[in-house]
Order: sequence, then C-alpha cells, then structure tokens
Amino acid sequence: MNIFPPNARFDFFGKRYFAYALSVILLLVAAGSLATKGLNLGLDFTGGVVVELGYPGGADIEAVRDTLEAQGFDNAVAQLFGSSESVLIRLPPSGEGQSRLADQVLMALQSESDDVTMRRVEYVGPAVGDELFNAGGLALLVVLAGILVYVGFRFQVRLAGGAILALAHDLIVVLGVVSLVGLRFDLTVLAAFLALAGYSINDTIVVFDRIRENFQKMRKGSEQDVMNASVNQTMSRTVITSGTTFFTALALFVFGGEALYGFSLTLLLGIAIGTFSSIYVASAISLDMGLKRRDLLKIDDRERLKEAEDSAP
Amino acid sequence: MNRYPLWKNLIVVVVVLVGLFYALPNFFGEEPALQISKRDGGMEQTALTEAKSALRAAGIEYKQAEMQDDDALIRFKSADDQLQSVDVVRAALGGDYPVALNLAPAAPGWLTDLGALPMYLGLDLRGGVHFLMQVDMQAAVKTALQRRVDGMRADLRAAELRYVSAEVSDQQEIRVRFRDAAARDQAIEQLPADYEDLEFDAAEIEGEPYLVAQMTDEGVETERRAALDQNITTLRNRVNELGVAEPLIQQQGDSRIVVELPGIQDTVRAKEILGATATLEFRLVHGSPADWVDAAESGSIPPQARLYQRRDGGPVLLKRQVIVTGDRVTGASSGFDQDSGSPAVFVNLDSQGARRMADITGDNIGQQMGVVFIENRLDTKVVDGELIEEKKLVEEVINVATIRDQLANRFQITGLDSSQEARNLSLLLRAGALRAPMDIVEERTVGPSLGAENIQAGVNAAILGFVLVAIFMMIYYRVFGVIAVTALVVNLILIIAVLSMLQATLTLPGIAGIVLTVGMAVDANVLIFERIREELRNGMTPHAAIKSGYERAFATILDANITTLLAALALFAFGTGPVKGFAVTLSIGILASVFTAVMLSRALANLVYGRKARIKALAI
Repeated sequence: MNIFPPNARFDFFGKRYFAYALSVILLLVAAGSLATKGLNLGLDFTGGVVVELGYPGGADIEAVRDTLEAQGFDNAVAQLFGSSESVLIRLPPSGEGQSRLADQVLMALQSESDDVTMRRVEYVGPAVGDELFNAGGLALLVVLAGILVYVGFRFQVRLAGGAILALAHDLIVVLGVVSLVGLRFDLTVLAAFLALAGYSINDTIVVFDRIRENFQKMRKGSEQDVMNASVNQTMSRTVITSGTTFFTALALFVFGGEALYGFSLTLLLGIAIGTFSSIYVASAISLDMGLKRRDLLKIDDRERLKEAEDSAP
Repeated sequence: MNRYPLWKNLIVVVVVLVGLFYALPNFFGEEPALQISKRDGGMEQTALTEAKSALRAAGIEYKQAEMQDDDALIRFKSADDQLQSVDVVRAALGGDYPVALNLAPAAPGWLTDLGALPMYLGLDLRGGVHFLMQVDMQAAVKTALQRRVDGMRADLRAAELRYVSAEVSDQQEIRVRFRDAAARDQAIEQLPADYEDLEFDAAEIEGEPYLVAQMTDEGVETERRAALDQNITTLRNRVNELGVAEPLIQQQGDSRIVVELPGIQDTVRAKEILGATATLEFRLVHGSPADWVDAAESGSIPPQARLYQRRDGGPVLLKRQVIVTGDRVTGASSGFDQDSGSPAVFVNLDSQGARRMADITGDNIGQQMGVVFIENRLDTKVVDGELIEEKKLVEEVINVATIRDQLANRFQITGLDSSQEARNLSLLLRAGALRAPMDIVEERTVGPSLGAENIQAGVNAAILGFVLVAIFMMIYYRVFGVIAVTALVVNLILIIAVLSMLQATLTLPGIAGIVLTVGMAVDANVLIFERIREELRNGMTPHAAIKSGYERAFATILDANITTLLAALALFAFGTGPVKGFAVTLSIGILASVFTAVMLSRALANLVYGRKARIKALAI
C-alpha cells in the first residue's frame, strides 16, 4: 500500500514560484493581522485575575453578571466556559496587589447560591506577566539560534539559511492565524509554538539529509533535478509522519478540553504549514540562495569535481 | 541473515524489564489517607495507637495504619471515611499533632520498598494552590535599619552624647539630629566600631547638624539573604501548622519564594495564614488616662512614649522601650480566660524573654502593661472606578492590665475579638514572624474536580491518539507496522518509567507532550520502513534491505531528533510550571523513541525475519 506513488517524478521545484507566491500572500496576511489586530494576549502575559466556577445544574450567566456588577466589580467579564455548568470570570490587571480580588469574587458569588464551587483561580501580577513574556521571547530566539548553528555545522550554511527562513515562515504564518481568529495567546500556546519549531525543523532536516545524500550519489542532472528527486523520495515519509502527528494533535483537540484547546489548535495549524514549508520554503530557498553540488560533497569528492571543472574548457 | 549479537539483545531485554518495573506503580492508583505528624518531629507509635482506637470507637473503618520515617499514615477505603476521620483523629490527639489529608500510592509495599514510586502529579492534575511570593526587600532593609536605630539610641545615651532625634528616613538611611556639630563629630568617631555594615557621614540638613548612616552594599545583601531565609523557615512552620501533605517551599530568583500546597481546599485561610505578619509587643504604660487624652488632643507626645489606639476605643500612651517582642515566644495556644470566658492566647517565653519579663514586671508591680497587636493589613479601596489594595501597618493595643505579680515565662493575653483570631494569633506566634512582608505576585489554584477532569481528558486523548496511529501503522506496514506499534508501547512505558524514576512532575501539558510523542515517535520507524521499501524496489534482497534500511536511516533519525531536542531543552530552560512539564516529557519522549525505534524495533525485526537464511518477501 502506498500513499504517494513510489516512483513519482513530480517537478516540485519547477513550480516553486507558485509556492513562493502563496507563501508571500500568507505572510502578508499574517503580518497585516499582527499589525492591525495584534495578539490576544492571555492572563499569563498581561497579568490579571481569572476565576473559573462550577455551577452544578447549569449557570444563569445574566444573574452572575448582575451580581458582579452589584458588588462593584465593574471591569469583570463573565462568560460560559466549555459547558453551561462552568463560568469563567476575567478581571483586567489594575496595579499591584490584586491577589485577594479572586477571593472577593468567589465570596460574592457563593453568597448568592451555595452550591457554587471553585474550579480554578489564576492571578498573575503585571511584573510577573512581563517577565514570562520576555522569557518566552528569549526561549524562541535561543531555539532559532541553536538550530541555525547545528544545521550550519552539520550541513551547509545555505541550507541552514533555508531552514531558518522556513521556520520563521511557519511561526509567523501560524502566529498570524492565531491573531486572525483571536485565539488567546497564553503559556500553553507559547509551548505549542516552541514544539512546532522543533517539529518543523525535524521535517526539514529529513529532506535535507536526502538532498545531501543524493548530491553525493547522483552525478548527473542539475541541482534542481537532484532536489526534485530528493523531495519525491521522501514524500511518503513526509505525508505519513505529518499524518500521525496530526492524528495525535487531533486527539488532543477533541478530548483535551478547554485547557488544551489553544495548544492543540496551534499544533494542528502548525503541522499543516510546517509540512508545506519543508518541501517548498526550506529547500527552494536554499536552491535560490545558490546551493551548488560541491557544497555538499565530501572533501576529496569536492577536489575531484573542481579539477574536472578546471580542466574543462 | 540478520542477527543481533547477544549483548544487544540483552540490553533491549534489560531496558524493557527495568522500564516495566518502574512504570508498574502508576497502574495501582492512589488511595485516600491521613498523614499524622508531630509538631516538633519524632512521631511516636503510641499516638498512632491512640488514633486507631479513636477511629474504632467512632466506627470508622480503615485499611491500614503504619509508621513512616517522620510521620504515620492511615489508609482508607473511601474518601468519605477519610474526611470523617480527620476530626476524630484531631480531637483524639490534640493540637500537637497536625493531621493532613493525603493521597497515598496504592502500589504494593515490595514495589515502593525498592524505590519504585508512581509519577508525581502536578497541581493542575491533583488540585491545589501555587503561590509565588515577592519578599518586600525595601521593607526588610528598613526594618534592619530600625533595629540599628534602637541600638544607637542606647549607645548614644550610654556615651552621654545628647541627640535631638534619631529616625530612619524614607531614603533608607538613618538620620540622627544633634544640637551641635561637636557632639555629632564625637558620635561619628565612636559609633562605627559597633556598626560594621553602616557607613557614617556628617551632613547639614536645613542648617542643622546631622549624622547620616547608610547600609553598605554587603550589609544590604546580607540583610536580603537573611530576610529570604527567615521567611522561608517561617513559611515552612506555618504550612506545617496548616497540616498540608507534601508541601513545596522553595526560593526562586533572589527575592521570591514559591509555595505549592497540593490538595488544599480552603485557599482563603491559607493565604491569610501565609501572608500574615501579625505579632505582639509588650510595653509598659506611660502616665494616666488623663495624660493619654491630653496627648491625643494636643498632639504633644512625651519623648519617651508613643501614642497608640486601643482596640476597644480611645488613646493610650506606652513607653518607647519594649519589654518583649513576639520572637521571644516559644509556645502559644488558644483557649478561653477562666474568669471572663473571653478568647485568650496562652504564651510561653524563652529564657531570655522570661528573664526580661520577670525583671521588668518585678520592678513595676502595681503599674500597667499594654499588649500591642501589630499587623500588615491589606485594605481594598475603590479609586477611579478600579479596585486597588493598600498595605497598611496596623498597631493596636488589645489589652491594658495592671501588673499584680511578677510575670515569668508563662502567662495569658486577652482582649481578642473572636476565638478564630485567638487561634490564628497563637498559630502565628508559634510559627514565628516574617522578617519582611510579602506580596502574592502569582497564584494558580485548581480545584480537585477540575484536576480529576484534566487527568481524564489527558488519558482519553492519549488513548485516541494511540489507537489512530496504531491502526494506521498496522494497515500500512503490516508485520513491520506491528513491530512499530510494539516499539511505541515500550516507548510509552519507558517515558512513564523515567518520569517515575526522576519523580518529575506530570502536568496537563506534560500529558499533551506524551500524546504528541506518540505521533512523532513513529517517524523514526516510518523513515526506516520507507528506506527498506526503497531498497527492495532497487532490487536488494530482503535481508540486505532490512540491514541497509536500519543503518542508512539512522543518521537522518539522529539529525532530526537532535534539533527537536534543542527546542525541548530551550523550553525547559525558559519555561515555568506546566510548560516545564511539557518540555520534560517531550525530551524524555525523544530520547526513548530513538532507542525503541532503532534498537528495539531492529531486535523485533531480527526475531521475526532474521533466523531464516532466505526470505521470499517482507510484509512491509
């Protein structure tokens, strides 16, 4: 059984300009959304208070809102969360020392009806929010730098450049979609982004590995032919692995509940984009950056090739 | 012929067996239990026997009761029995034995004896409170300066150097005002020897001669460290008083403390107790009630006295000199005053405190003594439509009584509002004071029901993800698919085993990491199997194709996994809490998948196909 025909000779790189156009459109849309709409930053990064309450037998959300208003919590936003038995209340950040606000909200609502239960309270001070945001950004930069160094060392600088651009492409496009649909960007979504960085690069490396091998093995054909052959040969693996990873992310999306909603949605998006980019963006950019056969040959092979080129008129 | 040498097969077998052994305790679950300890350590068998007989008398069944290193554990069949038994055991043993609700691993004893413990569940899975507390270092330094001012006043008096005032300014420095520059210069010459961590300077402020003392950088550093250390110790004592099983109290950065209390229900009380700064001071009363009212109305307060408010209303003057402070208290319990029946705290002092108390009360029989209740209180106010909180230092005199007799190391305090306040005050006096006030800068509380739902959600997602991947692999790769799925099962067992061995914390994102690993771990096998198919198409014999497939895919697998590992390690280094849990499971998953997909699946492939000299076709 084969998902992708084993002896296919599909001309991926001949059509790369269509892919470039698609990428540019995606990037422009993403950048546009990020610039105008921005990210819907969650409590982890902005600071503030979130209280999740359980109402066995269903909550009257209007009554909850009235109670909150009557008690002076003007800025509180109450909404149903996941089911009709669960209510989420958000209070925006307002200076230091809000830690008791959650208790007051809890007491106000529990005095209205007895069977309200506390499911979750989160409070993040504004200073801590800033620190978490900076640490997250730093983590992303370290990941990118680490991968650049490793791929540059193990493969070749042009491939490393292609890999990093592909990675940046994936992260920006997914970030753009997150911004576009207004998904709340919290710590778990950030974790999903870092996992995506690892996944996307993993996919790219497998294709690169085959490109390197084929440059050493196939002495005929242009650079573009060799790269086409490499992508064709690794295509079934790319589809299958993306598929199994997609299945598991889907399982998390279906069963993971509200807590993993943003995380799994980001992964689903990222897997789709990452698969596309490791075929087109990473390899195609390396090719257009001037990747030559001799860049990937072993040292003695490289010298032999150079001699051959020199002696040719 | 494809055969592994014996040592490789042995490695595979040993790793799988060790993995199974350490993963095993996780499949027994947990059972409700009570954890009983003794306040000063050293839990005795007699107390456990007493608890057991109290439970029998109350008709509550327990499964097992055993002594552990520092505490005793009683296991129950149901959570209802456990909840009922708390009050029974508390009543039977009294206040010296904190009793905490706990979940104990239900794994058989021989497993736990060999060090095989179940994974440690994070707060988002078991429910509980996570606090991040910021120590107010400004206040710590200020209090330290305040202590030095008190000493300096005494030193200046002893040296007969007349000063006008000695205070700590808002700029974190000590300012002593003198009548003339000569006295000041003499003070600058004499004082520094006793105050090594202060830098003394002469200054003219508004034409008056002042001595200004600032704390050196080393002094500030020492003070910060001391404040952090003492606050951690005090928090630990307070958490023990609350009766929480397996608490975590730990320094984070240079001015923060993390407190994690698994399974606690009453978070409001926990916050009240952890952040409370209440303490006591005993001072002699100055003057008569008429003097107090005069001082309050005219605002002219005698230099050796301070004006206080009484809790029951009205002003009172107390001497500046403190007889004893709350840190001299070694024991405290709450109860009721025998005469009036009002709530009271019974206090024990250490020998130094007791001596001072005896000396001063002995010299002042017939005089009055005031008890000052000091607390940093948070007030919520509405400013411009927003709720904000203000920190306020409250100092109230809760009790003024005539000294009828010389007091020694044990006496009682009345004047408290309620028996709840008496209980809290006695707890705080026992646990010791905080050296510097603290703010909660981050709180994450998860109720027990949500924790259980999170576990269920994670397990369901893992099962669905695994089943989808397994079905696909077995249909697509047939016999080799079965090999890959077997490798995947072992991979999961190894992840659970390593997490259990390290006692790393499993969080909900951590479970997500495991689920994701299921999808990504088959990648290595897919790479190998696709390679084998390719080699077969190129005309290789089955044996050569298996060999070449495994060997040539290895470099790719290594490269791909090292880059993913880089990402996971960065996540671990910069992540916090639940995200760290995700990074841990992802890293372990990557390492385990390289072993299972390469070594274990090769061993299995050899087992199936390796024995025969000739194979016609591979089911791949």
